[in-house]
Amino acid sequence: MAVVSDGAGMLRTADGVPLKQALARATRVNKIKAFLLVAPLLVFILITFIVPILDMMTRSVSSPEVVDALPKTIAELVKWDGTDLPPEAAFAAMAAEMSDKKNKFYLGKAAARLNFQKSGFRSLFNKSQRKIKRVKQGPFKDAFAKIDKRWAQSATWNIIRNASGRYTDVHYLNAIDMNRDPAGEIAAQPKIKRIYVTLFERTIYVSFGVTILCLILAYPISYLLATLPLKTSNLLMILVLLPFWTSLLVRTTAWIVLLQANGVLNDLFVFFGIVNDENRIRMIYNMTGSLIAMTHILMPFMVLPLYSVMKTISPTYMRAARSLGANPFTAFVRVYMPQTVPGIGAGSILVFILAIGYYITPALVGGQSGQLISNLIEYHMKKSLNWGLAAALGGLLLIGILVLYWLYNRIVGIDKMKFG
Amino acid sequence: MGETPEPFVRFKDVQKTYDGEILVVKNLNLDIAPGEFLTMLGPSGSGKTTCLMMLAGFETPTNGQILLGGNELNTVPPHKRGIGMVFQNYALFPHMSVAENLAFPLEVRRMSQADAAAKVKRALDMVELGEFGARRPAQLSGGQQQRVALARALVFEPDLVLMDEPLGALDKNLREQMQYEIKHIHENLGMTVVYVTHDQSEALTMSDRIAVFNDGVIQQLARPADLYERPENAFVAQFIGENNKLIGKVDQVDGDTCVVDVDGYKIRALNVAHEGVGSSTTLSLRPERVSLAPSDGEVPNNFDAKVLELIYLGDHIRCRVSVCGDDEFIVKVPNASGHATINEGDDVRVGWTAEDCRALDVWQG
Ligand SMILES: Nc1ncnc2c1ncn2[C@@H]1O[C@H](COP(=O)(O)OP(=O)(O)OP(=O)(O)O)[C@@H](O)[C@H]1O
Ligand SMILES: [Mg+2]
Repeated sequence: MAVVSDGAGMLRTADGVPLKQALARATRVNKIKAFLLVAPLLVFILITFIVPILDMMTRSVSSPEVVDALPKTIAELVKWDGTDLPPEAAFAAMAAEMSDKKNKFYLGKAAARLNFQKSGFRSLFNKSQRKIKRVKQGPFKDAFAKIDKRWAQSATWNIIRNASGRYTDVHYLNAIDMNRDPAGEIAAQPKIKRIYVTLFERTIYVSFGVTILCLILAYPISYLLATLPLKTSNLLMILVLLPFWTSLLVRTTAWIVLLQANGVLNDLFVFFGIVNDENRIRMIYNMTGSLIAMTHILMPFMVLPLYSVMKTISPTYMRAARSLGANPFTAFVRVYMPQTVPGIGAGSILVFILAIGYYITPALVGGQSGQLISNLIEYHMKKSLNWGLAAALGGLLLIGILVLYWLYNRIVGIDKMKFG
Repeated sequence: MGETPEPFVRFKDVQKTYDGEILVVKNLNLDIAPGEFLTMLGPSGSGKTTCLMMLAGFETPTNGQILLGGNELNTVPPHKRGIGMVFQNYALFPHMSVAENLAFPLEVRRMSQADAAAKVKRALDMVELGEFGARRPAQLSGGQQQRVALARALVFEPDLVLMDEPLGALDKNLREQMQYEIKHIHENLGMTVVYVTHDQSEALTMSDRIAVFNDGVIQQLARPADLYERPENAFVAQFIGENNKLIGKVDQVDGDTCVVDVDGYKIRALNVAHEGVGSSTTLSLRPERVSLAPSDGEVPNNFDAKVLELIYLGDHIRCRVSVCGDDEFIVKVPNASGHATINEGDDVRVGWTAEDCRALDVWQG
C-alpha cells in the first residue's frame, strides 16, 4: 500500500493503511461471506418463486398470439377505419396466412385466444382454414363470406383487430367482468358472464370471516397457553399443533365425514331430536363448509403469533392494573389486550393472506356456493387453458395483498409484527 | 413506634401453603401501625413476597385473617383494596406514556380529566420527572422508571403502599439515592409502607421496624438498632451485620449472665435464648465490640489470640484471629491515630464484656 500524503486528520492503521479503507476491506469480506451463505436460498427462491411470478405477470398482459399468426392481415387491418368491412387486401392477406401450412400451429393459438374473446372463433378458424386453401383466386372477400357469414360482419374483424396488440389489458378487464366491445370501448360483460367480481367479493368475505373466527377462537386458547404452567401448556400446544401434522386432505375429508347430510353431526342432531330426519342441516358443500374447514386448518397460524406475544407479557402487568383499582375486565381490556396487538396483527394478516389464496379445501367441501377465486384460477390454468386470465386473476390477488400489507405497515408497523 | 390499640394492618394467625404440603408462611401474627414504615427482610424463599401478595389480594391465605383498618380483607378483590403497589420490575404499562400510566388509577376511579391531570402533574413533580410525562416507559432509564412506578403507586393517595424489592434492579449508587427519596416521600406523605427487601443495609437505613423472616416465620420484629445490637436468636445475629459465632455449652447461670464452656475456655455472656445449664448455645459477638489488648480486669472475657490475617479497609482494619479454638474470629480495629501496630503472626490479647456477648439458641443454617 503506497503511502498517500494527506492532512494531519487522516487516521491510519499501524501499517499505514488509512483507517476507513481498512474498515471497508474488512466489512467487504464480511458482506461477501454473508452473501455466499444466502446465495443457495436466493437462487432457489429466484427460480421457484420470483421467475414464475414474473412470468405469470407477463402473461397477464401479453397477447402475441394473433399478431404472430396473422402479421400481414393485422398490418392491413390497422389501416382500416373499423366501420363496414376491411379492404380486400386484408382478406387476401388472411387467405394467404391461413393457407400457409407452416402457420398452422400459430393459427391454433390465435383461434384459442380469440375464442376467449368471443366463443365460436375456434370453429370458425378451423372451418375457414380448411376451405380457403382451395380458393386460388380472389376476390377473397366473397370467398370468406361464402365460407361463413360472420366474415361479412365488421364485428368479427374488429375483434381480431382489437386482439392484435402484443400487450393487452383484456385479461385484467375480464378479471373484473369487463370487456372491450367491437368498437374497442371498455364495457361491462353481459350479466350472465359476470362471475369474477362476485367471486372476489366472496373470497374477501370468506377470508375475512375465517380471520375473525380464527381470532375469536384462538385468543382465549393462546391466553390459556401463555398463562398455564408449562406441563399443561405443552400438552395443549400439542393439541393445537396436531392439525399441522396431519395431511390436509385427511383433515378435509374428516370434515366431510362429520358434516355431510348423513354425517356424524347430523346423525346426532336427529338422534337428539334437534332436527327431524327430512330436513337435515346442510353444513358442507356450501359456504359454511368452506368456512368451518378453513378456520380449522388455519387456526394454528393465528395461535402461534398470539401465543408468542402473550408469552412475553408478564402477569405483573395485570396485577399492577388490579392494584391500581381496575376490575379484571378493565385491566384485561386496557392493559393486556393493547399489548397483544402485534400478535393480533401478525396472526390476522397471516391467516387472511393464506385464506385468500386457499383452494384445496373450498374445492373439496365448498360445493357451488363455497368456491373461491383460487378455484377459478385453477380452472383457467388446467381446464380452459386461459393462462392470461388466470395470471390476471392472480395478479389482482397479489396487488390486493400488497395493498393490505402496506396498510398494515402504515397503521401498526411491520417491525411490530411477531410471528413466533 | 409504640404498639397502638388499633393497628392499621393486622395479620392474624395467617398460614399459607401453595401445594398443600409445605407451609410457606407459618402462623404469622403481625400488627402494623398507621404511618409506619415496616420492612420485611429475609433470605430468598422465606415468604416475604407471599405475605405481600396476600395483603395485596393476589394470593389468599390458607388460614387466618388479614385486617386493614379493622376490616377483614379476605373476600375483598385486589382492585377494591385501595392499596398502592410498586413491583420489582416496575410493571409500567409499555403501551402508555408516563402521564397515561399515572392517570390510569385515576381514570378507573372515574376522576374528572382536569383533576386527574392536576394530580398526575403533582405526582410527577414529586419524583422530579415533570418533563417526562409524554415519554414511553421504554424511553426512560432504570432509575426514572423506578420513580414513575413510585409516583403511580402514590398518585391515587392510598393509605397503604406495598413495595416488593423496588430497588433490586438498580445499581448501588442509584439505590442509595432512591432509598433516601422513598424515605423522604414517606415522611412527607405519612402513608403506611410495607417494604420487602433482602438487602439488610437498605432495611436498616429506611425502616421504623424490621420483621426478619426465615422459613415462613418472623424471627424478630424490632427497630433497626435493636435488631443489630440485641438479636434474639442465632439466625438474626447471623443474618444482620457481621457476627462472631462461638458454639459451646452453658456451664452455669447467675442472674443475667452465664458462663459458657467453649472448647475448654470459659466465657461469660448475657442470657438471651439458651435453654439453661447443660444446653448448647451460640455465642454472638459483634467484631467491633472486641477490643485488642484490654488491661487486666477491665473485661470479664480476656483471652490469648494469634493474628492470622489482616485486611486494610481504610477506616478500619479487619483482623482475623485464632481465639478459643475458633480460626474465623474477626476483630475490627478502628484506624484511630496511635493505635498499636499489629502484624500477621503476632500474639495478642483480645477481650469483650459480658453484655456484648449474647448467649443464643443453636441455629443450623
Ligand atoms: N405461585 C407459587 N406456587 C408455588 N410455590 C410458590 C409460589 N410462589 C412462591 N412459592 C414458594 O413459596 C416460598 C416463598 O416464596 P416467596 O416468593 O414468598 O419468597 P421471597 O421471600 O419473596 O423470596 P425472594 O427474596 O427470592 O423474593 C418459596 O419456597 C417459593 O418456592
Ligand atoms: Mg420475593
